[in-house]
Amino acid sequence: MADRIIAIILRIILGGAVLAALLLFSIGTAVAVATQGLGLGRLGVADWSAIRFTLWQACLSAGLSVAIAIPVARALARQNFLGRQVLITLLGAPFILPVIVGVLGLLAVFGRAGWISVVLTWTGFAKLSIYGAPGVILAHVFFNLPLATRFLLQGWSTVPSERFRVVQSLAASPWAYFRLIEWPLLKSVVPGAFLLVFLLCLTSFAVALAVGGGPRGTTIELAIYQAFRLDFDLGKAASLALVQFTLCGVVAVMAFLVPLPQTDGLGLGRLPQRLDASGHRGVDFMWITISAAFLILPLGAISIRGLGHIASLPYQVFAASITSVLIALASTVVCICMALGLSLAFARRGQVAQNLAEGMGILGLATSPLVVGTGIFLMIFPFAHPMTFALPITASVNAMMALPFALRVLMPAVRETYADYLTLRCSLNLTRWVWLHRILLPRLRRPLGFAAGLAAALSMGDLGVIALFADPDLQTLPLMLYRLMGAYRMDQAAAVAVVLVAQSLALFWMFDRGGRGYAGSP
Amino acid sequence: MLALHKVQFRQGDFTLGADLLIPTGARVAVIGPSGGGKSTFLNGIAGFIATDGGQVLWQGQPMPDHPGLRPLSILFQDHNLFPHLNVLDNVAIGISPDMRLSQTQKQQVRAALDQVGLSDKSASYPRDLSGGQQGRVGLARMLLRQRPLLLLDEPFSALGPALKDEMLDVLRQILHVTSATALMVTHDPKDALAFANQAILVADGVAMAPQPIQQLFDAPPPALRAYLGHWT
Repeated sequence: MADRIIAIILRIILGGAVLAALLLFSIGTAVAVATQGLGLGRLGVADWSAIRFTLWQACLSAGLSVAIAIPVARALARQNFLGRQVLITLLGAPFILPVIVGVLGLLAVFGRAGWISVVLTWTGFAKLSIYGAPGVILAHVFFNLPLATRFLLQGWSTVPSERFRVVQSLAASPWAYFRLIEWPLLKSVVPGAFLLVFLLCLTSFAVALAVGGGPRGTTIELAIYQAFRLDFDLGKAASLALVQFTLCGVVAVMAFLVPLPQTDGLGLGRLPQRLDASGHRGVDFMWITISAAFLILPLGAISIRGLGHIASLPYQVFAASITSVLIALASTVVCICMALGLSLAFARRGQVAQNLAEGMGILGLATSPLVVGTGIFLMIFPFAHPMTFALPITASVNAMMALPFALRVLMPAVRETYADYLTLRCSLNLTRWVWLHRILLPRLRRPLGFAAGLAAALSMGDLGVIALFADPDLQTLPLMLYRLMGAYRMDQAAAVAVVLVAQSLALFWMFDRGGRGYAGSP
Repeated sequence: MLALHKVQFRQGDFTLGADLLIPTGARVAVIGPSGGGKSTFLNGIAGFIATDGGQVLWQGQPMPDHPGLRPLSILFQDHNLFPHLNVLDNVAIGISPDMRLSQTQKQQVRAALDQVGLSDKSASYPRDLSGGQQGRVGLARMLLRQRPLLLLDEPFSALGPALKDEMLDVLRQILHVTSATALMVTHDPKDALAFANQAILVADGVAMAPQPIQQLFDAPPPALRAYLGHWT
């Protein structure tokens, strides 16, 4: 028994240590920022307009993403067609797609030299320009529409097929159908989906860095970066970081009150037997085609252009690849250790622990990499040159950014394993060793692999703290891609994008595949 | 008379054949091994499953394609009620899915609730009702709709014996009032005997013609004997 008590204490200490590290990272850096900043007095007109723009674009991006996701998800829930499963899988892709690659793809379609501008020029119209606000919103919708669609589709697939049949057997009008099936469904999913996308758009940095800027297209994150890199005005950066932290904190508290959508990707493939499919075929396929094109065309554009210029890649791509992969591996190890520590410590304690764990996840979501980066910079600055620590700092921040998603995968698996097998373990009197090696780890192998794959891919694509800290000699693949874009070497940028995506997918695949090795459980 | 004329119901890879007549006013138990196609049979008659050939006729007329236009009401094992609607609305959608009721319709809804003994629960939500009460809400909706054909897909199988008897009583009252034809899927031979005068055996992809229920149980064909085991 003493053995067991020690184990429990050990687990709580471990979980507590992870918790403390997380708090240091998020709240600690914020305190560093707050004490350094000179309050709000330091903020000029441009900064206030950045704050307004940030809120406005996050609101609009989240609203558009969710509003368009409703008819798309409805169409996918209702229609069966060849390639439906592929399209649903593809909807998960933007989540692990490096943001800068997505932006490059959008520019290839919607930019001044993009496909649409070419067509417009032929027909005598002016070229499109998406730099500034339109670009930021377009990119945010590109990344979050698929996410919102998956959440809603998940919602649709939880409606029991009997309920559709009851409605059909009542000869319900479209209005009654909406009242009986769709309204309760949307009411339960939409607020959480909106809030989550809002949060992601609030803390998104790479999009603003690549296509934002100017008086009407600068977000707080970008303003922090500019204060830091261009003006080296640490006080102003700190003040902005404080504002950003406060905003994120408010949204995080709201997110804690509204249940955020949970998706594990299960059940998305299910197609309820629907008799009303044929009546809506035209409208549904219009939405499916538009959303699929919006998703596929930018990626296709990059692939075609990038593959054609692979040979012209500068040799620095090797060094950048090695840096990226090393950071990704380190951050994956850190992230998985933290997620495992938290899951084992909190997964099956009471409600308080569960709330704490949930809160941790939301804290991770609401933490802005640039605020953390600024905080760490301010903490190290008095003692050493922060740039020397660029790699370990990037790896740790990336680990923390991936933590909410890793937790979301691991926590339920740990909880289920204990719920399913704990009584068996006690009744068979299994030793700790057998329990760990024969039951817990095999059962967790698959979620561990998936979570590690996510963490690695997210880190590979990150363009946040590294942009803040890197000196000209140091670059990761996304940073190299950004610098090539800045130099208008779009062909080489596309080639780097192809290399980056290939490496991200390879890492994701390796980890995920490793998790499926001997899946001892169904 | 409900007539299934050389009908093939197809659901995925599974096909169920039926060529049979059910007289008006009959009370038919649909029995057979699980996976044999009992639910497919009911869902086919209700119009949720496309026919691959043959015809479903009611009083000599082909049934309309849309389930909502067929002269029937169906009750499933679960999910008959909408969790966000109160008891009154859950019953009222039976005649007015838009929930715009005339005075007469309101009275009809109240009468139906009264009949199943739930007049004091009209403002409650399904989550606050017991399993038996939820079943009665479904029955009240059936009663209100006054359709001549009732299909019941194991609606009481999750209830205990006493509650189940109570539900069967309510169902018998409804049948008495409406003199409807009723088909009920059940896996309990006792329920079948208590409710029905005829039985359809559904096994191996075929729905057989109805027989007097006692006769079927007295001399069960091999498929039914295997299913029933030593039950007598």
